[in-house]
Amino acid sequence: MQIVLEKRSQASSWMNVMSPVLAVSLTVIMGGLIFAAIGKPPLTALYLYFIDPLTSWWSIEEVLVKAGPLVLIGVGLAVCFKANVWNIGAEGQLTVGALMGAMVPILFGDWQGPWALVAMLLLGAVGGAMFAFIPAWLKTRFGVNEILTSLMLVYIAQLLLDWMVRGPWKDPHGFNFPKSVAFEGWHLLPMWGDGRMHLGLVIALVIALVLYWVMRNNLKGFEIRVVGSAPRAGAFAGFSQTKMVWFCFALSGALAGLAGLIEVAGPIGQLQPHISPNYGFTAIIVAFLGRLNPLGVVFAGLLLAVSYIGGEGVQIELGISDKTTQVFQGMLLFFILMCDTLILYRIRYLSAKPVTGSGDAS
Amino acid sequence: MQNNSNNRLPTPLLRVTKLTKKFGDFVANDSLDLSIEAGKVHALLGENGAGKSTLVKMMYGALQPTSGVIEWQGQRVTVANPAHARDLGIGMVFQHFSLFEALTVVENISLALPPQLRQADLSQRIASLSNDYGLPLNPEALVADLSVGERQRIEIVRCLLQQPKLLIMDEPTAVLTPQEAQALFSTLRRLVAEGCAVLYISHRLEEVRQICHDATILRHGQLVAEVDPQVETAATLAQLMVGSSVHQVNRPANNAVGPVLLQLKHLNQPSNTPFGVALVDINLSVKTGEILAIAGVAGNGQGELFGVISGEEGDRSSRSMVLMNQVCNQLTINQRRQLGAAFVPEERMGHGAVEHLSLTDNILLSRHACNDTPNPLNRGLMGIDRAQLATLNATIGRDYDVRKGREDAQAGSLSGGNLQKFVVGRELNRKPKVLVINQPTWGVDAGAAALIRQAVIDLSRQGSAILVISQDLDEIFELADTIAVISRGQLSAGYAAAQLSREDIGLMMAGSHEQNNAGSGT
Repeated sequence: MQIVLEKRSQASSWMNVMSPVLAVSLTVIMGGLIFAAIGKPPLTALYLYFIDPLTSWWSIEEVLVKAGPLVLIGVGLAVCFKANVWNIGAEGQLTVGALMGAMVPILFGDWQGPWALVAMLLLGAVGGAMFAFIPAWLKTRFGVNEILTSLMLVYIAQLLLDWMVRGPWKDPHGFNFPKSVAFEGWHLLPMWGDGRMHLGLVIALVIALVLYWVMRNNLKGFEIRVVGSAPRAGAFAGFSQTKMVWFCFALSGALAGLAGLIEVAGPIGQLQPHISPNYGFTAIIVAFLGRLNPLGVVFAGLLLAVSYIGGEGVQIELGISDKTTQVFQGMLLFFILMCDTLILYRIRYLSAKPVTGSGDAS
Repeated sequence: MQNNSNNRLPTPLLRVTKLTKKFGDFVANDSLDLSIEAGKVHALLGENGAGKSTLVKMMYGALQPTSGVIEWQGQRVTVANPAHARDLGIGMVFQHFSLFEALTVVENISLALPPQLRQADLSQRIASLSNDYGLPLNPEALVADLSVGERQRIEIVRCLLQQPKLLIMDEPTAVLTPQEAQALFSTLRRLVAEGCAVLYISHRLEEVRQICHDATILRHGQLVAEVDPQVETAATLAQLMVGSSVHQVNRPANNAVGPVLLQLKHLNQPSNTPFGVALVDINLSVKTGEILAIAGVAGNGQGELFGVISGEEGDRSSRSMVLMNQVCNQLTINQRRQLGAAFVPEERMGHGAVEHLSLTDNILLSRHACNDTPNPLNRGLMGIDRAQLATLNATIGRDYDVRKGREDAQAGSLSGGNLQKFVVGRELNRKPKVLVINQPTWGVDAGAAALIRQAVIDLSRQGSAILVISQDLDEIFELADTIAVISRGQLSAGYAAAQLSREDIGLMMAGSHEQNNAGSGT
């Protein structure tokens, strides 16, 4: 027997909207089965994972704090993927953005004032974009696959950060801990609430709204959609594929770099070897779960943020490893891609055995 | 057995009964009955989209029927896949060849044969078989160096090596010069004389009348007639295919020929892919009020020429192209549009239009930078002028009879003919001073083709310069004031259409005007 995927003549637009809902439901069911299989009460675990984070103001704030970078990176990646440009290295661009922005407090610690913060934010974005230009240049100049180069550059960026905080940028009064000086005053984002809410979430929301408008109503958004789905038609419209690669890496790299700077100038408050729980990779899931639509990305970012807090919750309450977070995120990506595939294709079983002869035809 | 009742008739080689194929809700073949007899050439006629390809793909095992029966030599069969069809004795020559250009003829053929047929003396067998049937082939030649006609011979020889009882040919003459087509016909006559059956798919009526014994005519997936093509005329066959009489194109004499608007001077363009076509010393000029048509067999540099003229490809530093009295090699496609040029590429889907975008978005595709609408379509930070796009869409739909499900339907939901009317209408609506159009009515039904050709003629008579690239000689004679022929990237001089016969063009298609024939080794 042979199994083939056959393209559907028309994809259901209703299912296209329902696909993320279906994928989340399947993830929850599979998650319950996994909890049961390792001998934990599945309903309690699922409650702790998905509902409990939303029951106290403190944890809702934490969810929002985690959602900020996910949304900011996710909208950039959504635009990228829409244009058929595959930046998988947002985690690295986030890291370099944080390093660049941190130059202000670490090297020019005496410069205080609003402009210092603005300079930090700009440097973060520029750093992320510059680092993203490496795969963009390799792709447009030599035709190197950007998935590989952008991914491998992540490790370079992380090792660079590690070296910087253990070497040149280590706090001289920090008891030899691998950390930079703590940022102070205008080198930190304005915070409010009783938790760690900060300006970053507002920045993420504003950028998501702007990109939503651009994708819908601006010629640039049209260009992104055309170049990504029909490159020859893009050339016919006078859009350059090469410029699109540069634009996408610049945008997504800048937003990832900005997210990195916001993390170190917000919740963390200094440089340290680990500044992100894989936001750059999780944002790939966010972009797909949000249907590559900037508004969808906002909701998907909130959902994935819940999965971080929920993972910590089940670890504390039930003693399950916090690696469950990655298991859930992996399942979610798997199910969303599966649902998307089945929206576009149907499965058919073909019998490979030819039926010949007249014995059965009388 | 089912055919006991009518055993006075000989058992047909292949018979299909009530064969139906549905794709979702769309019925591509609706309960078709058809018999093919040994020793005859059977024509399958119909417009594009009539269901011809679907039917033969089911016979060849490439598609499975939704319902219905296929009988082979009187026995009911399920043709599971093309390999099974070949085991039964059904061979097929496709319109688009599947050959490896970097391999030799014998290597290509041996790849496609079942292992027991791959033998050391294959080269000799190919040489003798191809000579026997008047299809001369050098087994050691590289496919990349062969003409399209020669490549088709490889496919035919590949089928013949397996001694088929039925040979299916999908539009075989679409890629041949008139002379090559005549050679193919003698091969087919020889085959049927030996008892082989041929199923011949075409929409060229004259050749069907010339070589076919029976004809089955399909329209919208249904069988509308079975006729003897010898007693029909081309006109009655056309009427059966289209379902109504075809509108005649009205072509007033061109008496207003003025200054040159588009000119190429010694244009050279190396091939940018290993097996693309290099353009060699191309010279042409198109005057206001003139239609210059470039004839030629597909794959002789037409696509490359279009790309250079539109500005999608080409050397920006060269000074070989003049548009509206201005050297324009350095200009982008949108800057050329702003000078008054318009372009219609060969591929509607994926090049001229984007399948999943709406019609208004597809208008934006080629016109966002033209600046010839009352207000700019792209208002920058004010967004895209959707209202104006909707008005344009309505105008184009009305002027060019674009039939669509919804006013702003997705481009992919339109039939080929309606999408082509839209793509042509989108450009003609601008009243361009220079129009370059590649295969204007390729794969389009006769009604839409007549409307498009008329619109092109009307535009030229209003004073535009028009360059048409086409493989269809009927179309070329209907449209052209001047005809030039392209072959292997070289363009002949332009001749007044009235001075040329089909045979003259056929000779030029085969390369009689080329400066040297040594270019084939590159």
